[in-house]
Amino acid sequence: MGDVQGHAEGDENMSEIMGLKAKLGLDVFKHDKEPHIKIKPGMEKDPRLKRAILVCPAGLYEENQDGEVELTIDGCLECGTCRIACGTEVLEWYYPAGGAGVQFRFG
Amino acid sequence: MEEKFDAIIVGAGLAGLGAAYTLAQEGLEVLLLERGDYPGSKNVSGGRIYLNPIRDMFPDLWKKAPLERHITQEGVSVMAGERSLNVSYRGEELDQEPYQSYSILRAKFDRWMAKQAERKGAMLVSRSRVDDLIIENGRVEGVYAGGDELRSHTVIACDGVLSLMAEKAGLRKPGSAGQYGVGFKEIIELDSALINERFGLEGDEGAARLFMGEVTRGKFGGGFLYTNKDSVSLGIVVGIKDLIEGQPAIQAPVLLDEFKQRPEVARLIKGGETVEYSAHVIPEGGIKALTKLSGDGILVAGDAAGFSMNIGVTVRGMEYALASGYYAAQAVIQAKAKEDFSAASLASYESMLNDSFVMQDFKNFSEAPEALENHRIYSYYPELMGSIMRDLYNVPAGSKAKLYPTIKKYLGTGELWAMFKDMRKVMKI
Repeated sequence: MGDVQGHAEGDENMSEIMGLKAKLGLDVFKHDKEPHIKIKPGMEKDPRLKRAILVCPAGLYEENQDGEVELTIDGCLECGTCRIACGTEVLEWYYPAGGAGVQFRFG
Repeated sequence: MEEKFDAIIVGAGLAGLGAAYTLAQEGLEVLLLERGDYPGSKNVSGGRIYLNPIRDMFPDLWKKAPLERHITQEGVSVMAGERSLNVSYRGEELDQEPYQSYSILRAKFDRWMAKQAERKGAMLVSRSRVDDLIIENGRVEGVYAGGDELRSHTVIACDGVLSLMAEKAGLRKPGSAGQYGVGFKEIIELDSALINERFGLEGDEGAARLFMGEVTRGKFGGGFLYTNKDSVSLGIVVGIKDLIEGQPAIQAPVLLDEFKQRPEVARLIKGGETVEYSAHVIPEGGIKALTKLSGDGILVAGDAAGFSMNIGVTVRGMEYALASGYYAAQAVIQAKAKEDFSAASLASYESMLNDSFVMQDFKNFSEAPEALENHRIYSYYPELMGSIMRDLYNVPAGSKAKLYPTIKKYLGTGELWAMFKDMRKVMKI
């Protein structure tokens, strides 16, 4: 996705801004036994999945060198945007187990 | 398990809490299931609740409620690339009790309201994710949660904007991108005295500001800022469809970083410390995107039903959540009195909603989603207004052009005609 503007592009102003990883590091997360969102096997290159790269507020979706989309579940805010944007044909989507996942202190 | 609840409520957000509180108050057996560590731990809102429509539904609640600041100052910023036009409103009615609206932090408020519901007799179980509905002969008979089979006369699905429960019950399909926005925000801690100084506030007075235009790069949506007691909620809401379609293609989190760097915003939050980052999907499809509200043994309330509304000047969801939870509870209370929990009996929920401000608002503003879809609102007009203001205030080295021609040059016949057509759409809101 050549001309997408993102953190990876190294905007010169970005140094003043807290990176996404640091921002997510402020939140309280509790470990889940298995990822609650999975890319369905064989769907890694599906164009619908690429939408997640743009819409995920936590920036958890990335495209690798082979053109496959990868998901890092750590830092998921459970907002639901990827389920709406990509659909359930490409994503297996559920909430984390009870007591797991993000725990907002302010909300 | 022999026990059968009158109602099992899935999700302790405002819809679930409104339902649990109301049911428990009437002495019904109610089980409230929350997947987070505590009610509020999964709940996100921009940060402002309007009390007038719901005050009387929960008369004992507001006096001690842990709300943040009452809003006495409204503001809208129309943002062009390098300039902005700001409108600020204050009115004495905003300074008078009972106050119309408050900023709110949901992890605090929801946790507190859950305690009030528990005091009334509701049973709350946190860290419990509902995995599925028990459906027998087409009727919802309870839920499966963490290996337990829990039975009830009714299930009230208050499980938020995606409502997997309503999907399982066949009351809705997964939503489409055009009907939802995504909101993401930072909580930025700032000393309360500094907040008062920067926003021109005193005591517990609060400010609310909406930002439109460049903050979303011309996409459907806007920015928001609410002052809390000793923090600021600063965030962006943007249409998911517009994010997907790009033009320009931009990753959602970048919008918030750019928003924070705008000089108009940066000086308000300077020295503040970000302490949390959160995000959530928001229903924005209006009346056409509402789910079926009830089925056999099940009612749907709050975001789960689609009860959230953006009409440009206000973005509201929390009152609809509390009110729909309240009416869902009333339907169950009536069903219990009649000892009739059939689909026909529970359909009283829908007729009560129809008679309430909830559906009346959704009908009144049925044209809002389409009217606000107009992209000229988010790019063309902000730039135009910015340019006109720049030229009006500009004093060049030489002589200054006459004022009317200064404006007129931006407003040829073609532009005026296009504006007239846009205005007709906006007038439907």
